[in-house]
Amino acid sequence: MSEGKTFKIAVGPVHPALKEPVQLNCEIEGEQVKHVDIELSQVHRSIEWIGTRRNPVQVVFLAEKICGICNICHTLCFCEAVESIAGIEVPARAHYIRTIAAELERIHSHILWAGVAAHELGFDSVMHYTWKLREKVLDTTEYLTGNRIGKAIVTIGGTKRDIEEKQFGKIREACNYYRQNFSRLRDIFLKDPIIKARARDIGILRRDDALSLCAVGPTARASGVKKDVRQDEAYAAYPDLDVKAITPKELLGEIRGDVYDRIAVRLLEVLQSVELIEKCLKQMPEGKIAYESKLAKVLSDVKQLKGEAIGRHEAPRGEVFHYLKMVGEETPYSWKVRAPTYNNILSWIPMLKGAQIADIPIVAASIDPCMSCTNRAAIADGKELGNEKLHRLSVEKTRSLKKGPGSERGNCN
Amino acid sequence: MNELIIYQLASVPAIAALGIILGLLFKGIDRVLAARMQARIGPPIRQPFRDLRKLMIKENIVPKNAVRFVFNGMPLLAVAASITILLYVPIAGFLPLMQGYGDLILLLYLLLIPSLALVLGGFASASPYASIGAQREMVSMISYELPLAVAVASIAWLFSRAMPGIASFSLAAIAANPVWELVGPVGFIGLLALFLILLAVMPGEIGVIPFDTAEAETEIASGMLVEYSGRNLALFYLADAVKTVGFASILIAIFLPYGISGTLSLQGANAVAADALFFLLKLFIVVFIGRVLIRVAVPRLRITQVVKAYWGYATIAALCGLSLIALDAILLAGGC
Repeated sequence: MSEGKTFKIAVGPVHPALKEPVQLNCEIEGEQVKHVDIELSQVHRSIEWIGTRRNPVQVVFLAEKICGICNICHTLCFCEAVESIAGIEVPARAHYIRTIAAELERIHSHILWAGVAAHELGFDSVMHYTWKLREKVLDTTEYLTGNRIGKAIVTIGGTKRDIEEKQFGKIREACNYYRQNFSRLRDIFLKDPIIKARARDIGILRRDDALSLCAVGPTARASGVKKDVRQDEAYAAYPDLDVKAITPKELLGEIRGDVYDRIAVRLLEVLQSVELIEKCLKQMPEGKIAYESKLAKVLSDVKQLKGEAIGRHEAPRGEVFHYLKMVGEETPYSWKVRAPTYNNILSWIPMLKGAQIADIPIVAASIDPCMSCTNRAAIADGKELGNEKLHRLSVEKTRSLKKGPGSERGNCN
Repeated sequence: MNELIIYQLASVPAIAALGIILGLLFKGIDRVLAARMQARIGPPIRQPFRDLRKLMIKENIVPKNAVRFVFNGMPLLAVAASITILLYVPIAGFLPLMQGYGDLILLLYLLLIPSLALVLGGFASASPYASIGAQREMVSMISYELPLAVAVASIAWLFSRAMPGIASFSLAAIAANPVWELVGPVGFIGLLALFLILLAVMPGEIGVIPFDTAEAETEIASGMLVEYSGRNLALFYLADAVKTVGFASILIAIFLPYGISGTLSLQGANAVAADALFFLLKLFIVVFIGRVLIRVAVPRLRITQVVKAYWGYATIAALCGLSLIALDAILLAGGC
């Protein structure tokens, strides 16, 4: 390990620390990271492109597939945008059901993340413990919507399913379960001396960096930026619920903007979501769950719209933003999805500067990155692969596979 | 004399087989117990045997830029050294096979060889991840050797003082005269400290969490092993399994050399069987504490923290243990 001599390692696109493909080109001196460059766009799936070839009712289903975990976020944003163009008024009860679904999703996402973070630190026991806790929210989701992950509950102008009075018991039970287990989870993550040694003052994102890089969600809040769409631009049932952006100050008394703070913020948000769900159950108004239950009627209302609109939602990872433009045709003229990771990913650079190699996994995980939501183009060797090129490559690959094993090797240029 | 050599030669494969079977068995037990503690079911106990078989029939890939003979030779060296450890350690109540040909100092060196083989194999595999892993392994080797050496030297010093005239570094002699009987109450605490330090060195020595920085899966993708596959990987897997048994046996020989046949007043074949079973129980306890329990209880440390833990806390504790034993000797001498 001679002084001043750096070497390069590439973390990714396929690496045990990363759950999805992205490449971190790190310049290393000894064990220290000197510089990081991020290469994105290894998992472009063309969902926006597909969306502009479907009618809005079909796109609702497509939007749910943008992200496995945040399936409410994207559907909700898209529906908000369509409703705003069409001037559809969503019934109050539907707003509450949407909110409950979104908060269940937040609990699920944060607890899943806590397990991933523990795994990055080599603490598999905690990973298994947190994922056991996560089962409860999955069971509740399944009980309410019929699926463990994909909820398929939001639709244009309301929701597809009702949450009835007799179902409240199970939701309350889940809320109590997380309330009871919160102190244990907090002790594991915030009091364990080794987790503290691995997370305290690691991957620091200063407040001005968070602001200038437009970080969103828990990543920004852990750096002391009180930014939360639910608080700033309240939508759905959030205006009635009085949401306050959570910073680590409430639990720890100070803000350092490190990995430890980001863990604390997410844990607190689990508790906040539990409180919000309980409030929703208490205040839920009677009434319809959608402005129109017949899908054909909805379709005829939204098919020939003209205008543009945005939809915003505070996803577990931060603000999701959808832009939609309709020009009087059946399909959207333009649909742009901006997932929170797009904003947060650049904060890796200030976070990783000066960190050790051992910190790369936990720092990378600390913004809870979601690559397939973020990527908007397929890039190889620094050049964007256009539609034609991608199509040609796919055809070539299929042909070479048909020829039999061994023949495909020479063909992937 | 010739007969003795033939007998010894014939015993080597038997001990090697015993070491391999025990090592893989304990690996299986380790996995099941760890799984149960993490609220999982875990694999069947025979899974390591299956893994080994599977790895043996898999393709053995050598990277293009690797130094071929080093890359292929090091796994063999690691297994050979691990098995050699067993030849110098009393196992299941039997005296070491190579008794009189080597002592604790030799064992310290033998324990280093599998790690060194991993380091060389890592450097030879021409991968940046493996290089980082190899550097980390060297650093952690230097770190845990210090408390280990202090602890071993303390024991030897205790012997040279308490029983002048016998080879103080001979493991057979140490096993024949339990250390706990040589000290007073103060020295007992010192010995207990040394025992705990050796238990703490064990996870570093066999490379499990929290001291597995050199192989850290989520950081550097298994580090030194990243390019290894097939037969070579199987051999490293085996070396790890056998070394676990070897190191635990050294701990048992020093600190828990007691047999059970005397207490139960058994004789002949019964006594041998009882002692062997009792040895397995001791082995289980040591492996459980030094490997299973610690790896499910804590997360991985950074390499700087590993150095701090071993050079700082463990070495200070070892020196304290040594001082307590010395103090005990002074007290005992004063008493006489």
